[in-house]
Parts: sequence; structure tokens; C-alpha cells
Amino acid sequence: MSDGAFGLSPGEPPATRPPPAIAAPGVVGWLRANLFRTWYDTLLTLAVLYVLWLVVPDVVRWALGDAVWSGEAAACRAAGGACWAFVAEKWRFILFGTFPADQHWRPTLAMLLTMGVLLASADRRFWGPRLLVLWAVGLGAAWLLMAGGLFGLSPVPTELWGGLPLTLGLSVVGLAVAFPLGVLLALGRTSALPVLRVLSTAYIELIRGVPLVSVLFMASVMIPLFLPTGVSIDKLLRAQIGLILFAAAYLAEVVRGGLQAIPKGQVEAASALGLGYWQRQRLIILPQALSLVIPPLVNTFIGFFKDTSLVIIIGLLDLLSTAKAALTDPAWRGFYKEAYLFVGVIYFLFCYALSRYSRYLETSLSKGRRR
Amino acid sequence: MTDLSGDEPIIELSGVNKWYGAFHVLRDVSLTVAKGERIVVCGPSGSGKSTLIRCINRLEEHQAGTIRVHGIPLDQDVRHIEAIRRDVGMVFQSFNLFPHLTVLENLTLAPVWVKKTPKAEAERLARQYLERVRIPEQADKYPGQLSGGQQQRVAIARALCMNPSIMLFDEPTSALDPEMVKEVLDVMVDLAQGGMTMLCVTHEMGFARRVADRMVFMDKGEIVEVAPPAELFANPKSERTRAFLGQVLGH
Ligand SMILES: Nc1ncnc2c1ncn2[C@@H]1O[C@H](COP(=O)(O)OP(=O)(O)OP(=O)(O)O)[C@@H](O)[C@H]1O
Ligand SMILES: [Mg+2]
Repeated sequence: MSDGAFGLSPGEPPATRPPPAIAAPGVVGWLRANLFRTWYDTLLTLAVLYVLWLVVPDVVRWALGDAVWSGEAAACRAAGGACWAFVAEKWRFILFGTFPADQHWRPTLAMLLTMGVLLASADRRFWGPRLLVLWAVGLGAAWLLMAGGLFGLSPVPTELWGGLPLTLGLSVVGLAVAFPLGVLLALGRTSALPVLRVLSTAYIELIRGVPLVSVLFMASVMIPLFLPTGVSIDKLLRAQIGLILFAAAYLAEVVRGGLQAIPKGQVEAASALGLGYWQRQRLIILPQALSLVIPPLVNTFIGFFKDTSLVIIIGLLDLLSTAKAALTDPAWRGFYKEAYLFVGVIYFLFCYALSRYSRYLETSLSKGRRR
Repeated sequence: MTDLSGDEPIIELSGVNKWYGAFHVLRDVSLTVAKGERIVVCGPSGSGKSTLIRCINRLEEHQAGTIRVHGIPLDQDVRHIEAIRRDVGMVFQSFNLFPHLTVLENLTLAPVWVKKTPKAEAERLARQYLERVRIPEQADKYPGQLSGGQQQRVAIARALCMNPSIMLFDEPTSALDPEMVKEVLDVMVDLAQGGMTMLCVTHEMGFARRVADRMVFMDKGEIVEVAPPAELFANPKSERTRAFLGQVLGH
């Protein structure tokens, strides 16, 4: 209405559009915008390129060019490159440990089942009580496949279990039990009842004050002492219990962080509507608290997955230990790089998948909420 | 007050005392509210208004005296607390909607989980109340996508979905931008005219004048004066009431 009160001449469009992008389109534009925007960007880019130029050709030559893909150790030692022949020779032992070789389809199927259960749980549409049934059935079947003794499957004692199925089993079962336990501990630590609060706090602080190695030792050595003579529990089970007790304490602290971030008004509104304690926690507090702490939670999961390799100290052969054991074969001694790379890639794939999933979950859970 | 003595009391507070540590928040508070009565509580900041109405649904625990709702005493018996909470709706200054649930889910949560209402029935009811607070089109949004006034109306609808016979309001409009105050007050006036028993902490004196049967003036944890709004505004008996009203109305 007013006469150019905003300083715009009649022909000039109002500044409703964003300023034009500085970068030109196309590859050159992208390079300009991302790698050579300022003089120090340029310097950094050049420095990184120089390091890559020094390192990459050697690595490629070692891993691919000069590599030996099959044959005997002698051939490897003659060539200068990577000895993938070692992996070709030992992969079954590294993956399955001392599990009877003619039965390797059983741990394979067990792992596929476990991963199927994990994949189904990853889909939010399946979240609900049905999932508990799926876990019980899936993991039960996986255990049956491993242990045998039924349906004509030859029994395989847990002392022979090893490699990836062991690592995966300890991690998945461990987290599946430790997570709800951790949530309960966190609720206990933030509870209004002093007894619960003191007990939960004491437990959490005790476990966190002790390294995992000693928890595993305690589980391995102490649990049998508490059992009546004649009753013995499996070494694998003892390790599993130790891992669960340990992980629960750490998960509890992560969950507590989330619980404390929820405003008091949420509990008050839920209480005022007549919801009881467990309904409030399950329907209002935990869904919000847990989705807040997905990143640290997944961090703990990943750490735990890798920490299972410590079970070697009580004599269980996890994935890392089978790789080490493979290296003790006198014929194949010395191919550390190949063994650890192989195992490292497997660990990486699992951890990376988990990390990607957590990113997806975070965005999908926060969709539409809170501006 | 005398004209209400024949009606059945729905809330009875007698000799209620509460302390936060050494701090005496509520001092010998006694008040009887009849069914269908609309009470506005006012008083300076820190006078214990919120504490008083939060004691009525046990968000705060009183330490001496008795509180009865529908004749049920508020004591350590959890069943009493549950029964009272089911029948007493509350609206907060900061809305306190559940941000991870849609508007519709916010509204159906308590009926489904507390009253075991079938989901379809709860949704029908929820939409009906959204209609009543005039935002039927927002059902599938999340609270974070609504304006403050809309959020507070959702909060009112959420409380109404439990079909309570008493509604408590704790400064429902004081967190709102001025232009949204009216839309919330309109809903509250509607509710008052529908016969709901209401206990409302507010500084909206226009609202008080329009709907309140009685006004309660509190100061330093005590009920200083109780009177119909016209009477309280025209000739407050206490000097403290006069000073407070002077501040609220006089600016
Ligand atoms: N949890 C608590 N612990 C200690 N003191 C508290 C607590 N809650 C409230 N108080 C104190 O009790 C007094 C009364 O608080 P209350 O919230 O009931 O006042 P109010 O009348 O609602 O005030 P306002 O108008 O500011 O909301 C205040 O002095 C406050 O500081
Ligand atoms: Mg208050």
C-alpha cells in the first residue's frame, strides 16, 4: 500500500527466493564447492591426495596385484603380496571353529535363522508381542541346530562350538536378555522406592567398577561354587551369564540418561489420566526415552559385540580366537594380516549394518515429532 | 455459599496442610465444592494455588487434613487414588501432550488402557471431543505440529475423553500467546456452561467474572477469602485481596 516503504523499486521482485547457489552445477562445480572452496580447503585436499598417492598403490599391489589366491603356503612366501590362499584354506575353521566339519550346514542355518529374526525385528511394523514369539522360536531352533540331540541331529557339545556362530550367539542372546534387564535397572535407579534405588545403583556401580575380564572370570569360577555339588553348568552358559550381567549395567546407564531427559510433566499428565506405573513407563516414558538414546545405545551394542571376543580368556573360541588358532598351524604360520583382515571385515559388516540401522531408526522415529 | 449448601459436595478439603521440607505451602485449607460448581482460584505467585489443585488428584501428597472426592478419601490406598484420577481430568499450563503420539493417540490412550474402552469406540469418542474443541482436522498430526492454543485444546479434549466429572485447570492460558488465549477460554466457557464441575487456577478475570460461581483468593498458603466474583471484585473483605485485585485489574 505504501509508496516504496520497503525500498523496492516497482520492477524489483521481493526477496522471497533464496540467494542463487554459488557453486556451478556439474562435476567441476561440486569439486569447487566441496574440495577447493578456500585456500585451506585446497591445501587439505592436496595433502590428502598426496598421502593417498603414497599409500594406495602399495596397498592395491599387496592386496590384489601380488596376491596369491590359492595353493600352498610356500607359493605365498615366494610372492610378496597378500596370501589369500591362507583364507581359502582356513575360512571354514575360522568361521566355525571345531564344530564337526561335515555338520557345518547346522551353524550356517542357525546363523541365518538368527539374522532372519534380527531383520524381522528391525522392521517397525512387526514390533509387538508377536516379536517375542518369533525370538523364542527362532533362537530356540537355532540352539537346537547347534546342540543337536533331537530329530536325528547328532549331539554337538558346546565345547566344540566356535567362530562366528559363537560370537553371534553370545552377542544376540546377551543383548536380548541384557537390554530388558538394563531397562529394569534404570527404572530401579530412578524409582521412588529407596530400596530399589540403592540396590540398582549398587549393582550398576559395582559392575562398572570392574573390567569385563574379571566379570567373566568370576562367572566362570564363582558360579560353580554357589551350585550344589554334582550340579554343573556349561562353560558357555557361564560366559553368557557373565556377559549379560556386564552389559546390563552399561545399558542401564544409557537408558537412565534417556529417562532423565523426559520432562516431569509427561509423568504427571499420564498419572493424571489414571495410568499406573507400568503403563506410564511402557506407553509414555520408555518410548520417548529410548528413542532419545538410540545413538549411545547402539554404541554400547557395538562395543558389546566386539567385547565378546574376551571370552577367550575362559577358553571359548570366538571368531577372533579361531583366527588366532588358525595361525598356529605350523604350515601357515605368520599370515596375521590376512587372518585379521578377514575377521575384521566380518566384524565391520555387522557393526556397520547396526550403525546404519540406528540412523534409519532415529529418523523414522522422529518423523513428525517435535519441531 | 449458603445457596449451595443443599447440593451434594463432590470435593471436600478440610484442614489440609502441606510442607515442602520446612516450608509450609498449604495452611489449614478447607473448601467444599458442590457438583456442577465452577470455582476460580487466584492469588499471587507462590501462594500455593498449583499445589492445592494438584493435591486433589494426588500429583502432590498432603500431610495433614483430609481430602475427599465423591466421598472417597485420598489416602495411601492406591485403589482410591486410581478411582479418583479416573474421574478427575487435569489441564496443565505447559499442555504436557505426549509428543511421540498423534493427537488421536493422545486422546485414546487413557480410555483404551485405563478404562479398557474398545479402540474403535475410543476413537469415535476422541473425534467427537476434537469436534467439541473445534480442531477435528488435526487428529492425525503430532503435537509438535500444532500451535500452542491448538495443543491446549487437544489437552482439554484428552482429559474429557476419560469422561471425568471434575476438571482441574492450572493456569491453562498463561503459556499462550495473547491471540490464542481466547480460543482456549471459549472452550472452557463452553465446558462450564455444559455443567462440568471445574476448579480453575487463572488470572483471566474476565473469564472468572463470566463463569465462576465462587472465587477463592489464596495468599501464603491460606485461603483468605471465598466469594462470588461480583462480590469479590466489588467489595473484597480482606486488605490482601484488595491489593491483589488492584494489581491484576488495575494495570
Ligand atoms: N517441589 C517443591 N519443592 C519445594 N518447594 C516447592 C515445590 N513446589 C513448589 N514449591 C514452593 O511452594 C510454593 C507454592 O507453589 P505453587 O506452585 O503451589 O504456587 P502457585 O500459587 O501455583 O504459584 P504460581 O502462580 O507461580 O504458579 C512456592 O513458593 C514454591 O516455590
Ligand atoms: Mg502455579
